[in-house]
Amino acid sequence: MQDLTQEILELVRLTSTNLSPDVEKALREALEKEDPGSAARGAMETILTNVEMTRRNSTPICQDTGTPIFFVRNPDGWSPRELREQIRAAVALATKKTYLRPNAVDSLNGKNTGNNLGDQLFPTIHFEEIDGDTLSIDLILKGGGCENVGAQYALPDDRLKAGRDLEGVRRSVLDAVFKAQGEGCAPGFLGVAIGGDRGTSFVASKEALLRKVDDRNSKGDLADLEDRITNEANELGIGPMGFGGKSTVLGTKITSTYRLPASFYVTISYMCWAFRRRRMTVQDEQVNYE
Amino acid sequence: MSNKLTIPIPDESIRSLSVGDSVLLSGIMITGRDAVHKWLSDTFIKNTREPAGDDLEVYQAIKPILNGGVIYHCGPVVGGLDTKQYRFVAAGPTTSIREEPYQGDVMRHFNLKGVIGKGGMGPKTLIACQEVPGVYFHAIGGAASLIAESVQRVLGVHKLDFGVPEAIWVIEVKDFPVVVTMDSHGNSVHDVVRHQSKMVLDRLLG
Repeated sequence: MQDLTQEILELVRLTSTNLSPDVEKALREALEKEDPGSAARGAMETILTNVEMTRRNSTPICQDTGTPIFFVRNPDGWSPRELREQIRAAVALATKKTYLRPNAVDSLNGKNTGNNLGDQLFPTIHFEEIDGDTLSIDLILKGGGCENVGAQYALPDDRLKAGRDLEGVRRSVLDAVFKAQGEGCAPGFLGVAIGGDRGTSFVASKEALLRKVDDRNSKGDLADLEDRITNEANELGIGPMGFGGKSTVLGTKITSTYRLPASFYVTISYMCWAFRRRRMTVQDEQVNYE
Repeated sequence: MSNKLTIPIPDESIRSLSVGDSVLLSGIMITGRDAVHKWLSDTFIKNTREPAGDDLEVYQAIKPILNGGVIYHCGPVVGGLDTKQYRFVAAGPTTSIREEPYQGDVMRHFNLKGVIGKGGMGPKTLIACQEVPGVYFHAIGGAASLIAESVQRVLGVHKLDFGVPEAIWVIEVKDFPVVVTMDSHGNSVHDVVRHQSKMVLDRLLG
């Protein structure tokens, strides 16, 4: 099996230092909507200057390089065990090269391992064996500020008048965006999962963030709800950094998964403006980055 | 136009600042976030634990920097860890609200004039801003490499055993860009935005 350690290191570097074009485009459009001279516009200008600078200098967009979350789709012939070791080696190398901040902290004694390698759950690696001959590895670097404002609602929720339907989903998501205020580094992107158990719902909400910013949900009712939530979240006026302004949310991605009769979760993963996600694919030893 | 301020910041300069003001900060400050605030509070303010190891030494070292000074809620990416020729690679603010239980007491204890972070803070800190007096400076979250450029030198580090993000980094900054979002007159941009967005939310959820 091919050793991909160096190629995965490049995936980490690219993700941490070079914002995806679809995200940058959304940020540029957001800047244009803010009033000249406003704190919100100033924040967006600073954000975009930083994006250009980090691409040029190969330095992290944000110092909180977050939890590295890998989604691996491996065809036959790729060993998840070996890929895990290669990913871990690449993450440690990336930390040494300051593409990543050492972020793995023992929850009991507070010790930071210094190399981003904790237990088997840190970094997070999801494997799915697939047909075909193309290996793909998606990486999201998700910072703690935005992770902390993620939320999960168990419907019905009487306080929100949220029942077990799409209207209940809308109410839950808007409540989460309100509660986040600027703390998640607005303008943000929302990954939303409906259903699952508590654990699978959170994973699904993060996987929803792999979709391109400007794609459209194949399910019509969810596509409409995504647009509506984005528009209404912006009506809240929280704005960049919570300074007040036009842009609070730049995209909403909703997925649904099966649930128990007794449970109806709506799970929101809030992604900060520094929406760092990249993909690499490997086919016939040829490596491509998106 | 941005106001230029040098640390230590005199009271009259603090009192002259209002929410919305852009400021370029220069001088020597320290970073401190979750572990540091809990350590300061437990060991020197609430005295729920005895000083141990180098606690007293570090306390004496940071006391003069904090007097009239500024603390930065930041867990940086630092280069030169092997050689101890430290340099800040990326150094944006972290979310400040986690320090709300401690910040006001820390401000009073050290005569701290400024807190830099992101996301704003709550009523206890706002009251301390009026009393000390002090202000909350909002940096642009995520603009980490740009902010790192305003860090001229890393003068030293304390409590590196807290880990790189949680350590106390002593830094000299020049023209560090921030916006005042909580002033010493009881005003908070965050309170206003929360209040206004709540009214919109209530309408949307009608």
